[in-house]
Amino acid sequence: MKLIFDKSVQGRKGVMPPMSDVPTTIHIKKEFLRNSDAALPELSELDVVRHFTELSRRNFGVDTNFYPLGSCTMKYNPKVAERIASYPGFAHLHPLMPQLRIGGLLTQGALEVLYDMDKFLCEITAMAGFTMQPMAGAHGELTGIMIMAAYHRDKGNKKTTILIPDSAHGTNPASAAIAGYKVVCVPSDKDGMMDVQELKKLVNSETAGLMLTCPNTLGIFEKNIKQICEIIHSVDGLCYYDGANLNAIVGKARPGDFGFDIVHLNLHKTFATPHGGGGPGAGPVGVVEKLLDFLPVSLVVKRDDGTFALEYDKPKSIGYIAPFYGNFAIILRAYVYILLLGKDGLKRVAENAVLNANYIKEKLKAYYDLPYGQVCKHECVFSASKQIENGIHAIDIAKGLIDRGFHPPTVYFPTIVKESIMIEPTETESKETLDAFIETMIELAKIAEDKPEKLKAAPITTPVGRLDETAAAKNVDIAEL
Amino acid sequence: MPFIANTPAQQKQMLKEIGLSAEGLFADIPKEFLKNDFNLPAGMSEFEVRNRLASLAGKNYIDLTCFLGGGFYDHFIPAAVYAIVSRSEFYTAYTPYQPEISQGTLQAIFEYQSLVCRLTEMEAANASLYDGGTALYEAMMMALRVTGRNKILIDDSVNPIYRVMLQSYTKNLSIELEQTKNQEGLINRKQLLNKLDDNTAAVILQNPNFFGCVDDFTDIAEAAHKKGALLIISCYPISLGILKTPGAMGADIVVGEGQSLGLPMNFGGPYLGFMATKKDYVRKMPGRIVGRTKDNQGRCGFVLTLQAREQHIRRDKATSNICSNEALCALTALVYMSLLGKEGLKETAQLCADKASYAWQKLTSIKGVKPRFGAKWFYNEFVIDLPTNAAETAGKLIEKGFAAGFPLSRYYEGMENSLLIAVTEKRTKQQIGMLAESLEAVL
Repeated sequence: MKLIFDKSVQGRKGVMPPMSDVPTTIHIKKEFLRNSDAALPELSELDVVRHFTELSRRNFGVDTNFYPLGSCTMKYNPKVAERIASYPGFAHLHPLMPQLRIGGLLTQGALEVLYDMDKFLCEITAMAGFTMQPMAGAHGELTGIMIMAAYHRDKGNKKTTILIPDSAHGTNPASAAIAGYKVVCVPSDKDGMMDVQELKKLVNSETAGLMLTCPNTLGIFEKNIKQICEIIHSVDGLCYYDGANLNAIVGKARPGDFGFDIVHLNLHKTFATPHGGGGPGAGPVGVVEKLLDFLPVSLVVKRDDGTFALEYDKPKSIGYIAPFYGNFAIILRAYVYILLLGKDGLKRVAENAVLNANYIKEKLKAYYDLPYGQVCKHECVFSASKQIENGIHAIDIAKGLIDRGFHPPTVYFPTIVKESIMIEPTETESKETLDAFIETMIELAKIAEDKPEKLKAAPITTPVGRLDETAAAKNVDIAEL
Repeated sequence: MPFIANTPAQQKQMLKEIGLSAEGLFADIPKEFLKNDFNLPAGMSEFEVRNRLASLAGKNYIDLTCFLGGGFYDHFIPAAVYAIVSRSEFYTAYTPYQPEISQGTLQAIFEYQSLVCRLTEMEAANASLYDGGTALYEAMMMALRVTGRNKILIDDSVNPIYRVMLQSYTKNLSIELEQTKNQEGLINRKQLLNKLDDNTAAVILQNPNFFGCVDDFTDIAEAAHKKGALLIISCYPISLGILKTPGAMGADIVVGEGQSLGLPMNFGGPYLGFMATKKDYVRKMPGRIVGRTKDNQGRCGFVLTLQAREQHIRRDKATSNICSNEALCALTALVYMSLLGKEGLKETAQLCADKASYAWQKLTSIKGVKPRFGAKWFYNEFVIDLPTNAAETAGKLIEKGFAAGFPLSRYYEGMENSLLIAVTEKRTKQQIGMLAESLEAVL
């Protein structure tokens, strides 16, 4: 469809700005003004609404289709959270207000939300304190590693490396490297878990810490988790928990109890805030007692008189990693979600997420290769290795699903499984939906065997077919100037 | 149970079909770690939650007339912006890994990238970063990669909130972050050029700067390029409706906070970091990028491109660790700019400047109140010196119903009496008059 610029008509106007009630006298030298107007499109409000409504129809979302995208926890996002986030008392609150004299008293409602979330997340993860500042999971990782570095600096430790398993999300090594560490990769064993013998060989006095997702990206719980944490602690390393997969254990078990020292959570995964087509998310970071001093400033505290205030005076803090208090409106949505579910609801989240994943795993294992067959947690990982014999790859299965009304699972990640198909159904999906998906996956396996060429053409029901990504990277065309 | 579809009977049925028990699903977690009781509240109904949150929202004072800015502004947001970004086909989708069913998000990002380029007069933009501060951090890291050097010059007229963020991020890295000091609200060119050397990766400046003062950095761009350094400019997108663009000044990387483009203030987030650069540096740019290409039948379509720079491919060698960005906020900015259009953005930008000039005139004619920097050029924000302590006086004005401005003593020495005042198109002549009257009354 046409770009918005191609719909522009000279002289057409959309929304009118407020009326002017003051003289036109600016304090700006002529040389400081722009030469020609910014080439924004000229459209009516209706033109704009139609354009974006048409675009929206070219998207799959959780509200339109089953979205079993592994590792992304695409659960339903409660509408009430959207409604509450739009309350003017939250949406129109200026972030500098608490920095005015008595300003803290004018923002008590917002500060209470942040304070309560800190306490809730501490209880859920067995940490001693949280910062709400990180604005996404990867941002949380960077914050966590900066806290790790501050801890070692404070103790005079000379640490240079961070250990990360081969099954980890790409953000883990990227965050560690950007924070100034060398990354050392730990291999997985034949059961898809971290190889403890290899870990022992790789750990030494240079080890600053370990980053781990648990359950890991294969959806498998690391049974040696306690021992792994002890090994890292034995060299005064710290254990970092990547909370991407917390949906598997929320309300059932806590990373702090396993031995982790630092935790980040993806509120847009476990706590049901919308993914927004790729953000905004939120990635709060929690730490154990001995690391509290290093958390970013500011932190919300409760005073003896029951009021809430921001605390800035923390000399060992890593400082500011965001301008204010994080993605407040996202934190607010997650807060609403926790209040709605309560402790029993959260426990049911993990139970049903795990049940749904195992249901899919068991029903599909006769049709797709399942490299790790044990009980999985919130997601299961298949391989299209059987289908490859007929020239059908994971990507072809994915495209076939699209034509049948399903968002594909994550494909080609984790990379330690060849042709991986990573399915995460989440707890909000019904048996009826899962059965329809399973039936379709079985149908696709049969097509792959009988008429593989049919799958190569997929998708055919979408506004565009398979796109030439190689050409896109070669002839870079990223803006209509 | 809310948001769990399967009934207990269905759950039982499913367990039976796969030959597992409810306990069996968690038998792989060592028993000592399974916790039965959490110290969390019991679940509440939607009705109760809404009441509770309405009461909390009511404890936030949003009725003060807002003259607070500091990089975060109270602009008017047309109703159609909210209506469009509330379409759940947009907000319940995720990163467009499957392009055939994500053309909505992908085309929108392509259009957003295009508009960022047109606004800043740059050649290439990414799909967004978290906020203006982290965008500045990413720009700094990008400059280090491009030049292979390790010194950064940053002026203290750049937003102090962002400067403290850069200090945090560089603590564990071998980067020399050197600050230059403003002179009468503008950069001290002599001092800055003296410090610019062969090891400088980039000079970081802001326009309009934190004090609202406007400048032209064309000379600095030339000087930086002569030394092989880059110029990074942080800017306020609304102001670009009328101000000379960073592109026209010769900036190499342009970043800024996009909150003013249709995003509510939201007590600090989510916001929108935007980034634009020159074509030559595209492959060194962090973040998602959407490109235009063709499908297998020659139809035009959009995909995530240049992914070989990113963490999910390059892992520890990636240009950045960023994964999720702020796609929905970028969509918001795109819709906002499309609704205002060419004329609307210019008018809005002009209105802010007009109203700020009017407020400046009103406030500086109060006895004892002086413009901090003499009659300098400013956009929609300016600094006044009061005869009294600014924090105290601003506190008194809260009681009169005004968030009158930001006291600068928190970040600048010797500015105890200085107040930074921002004026947007939403402030009326009457409100400005009342602010002046109230200020006069409390002095």
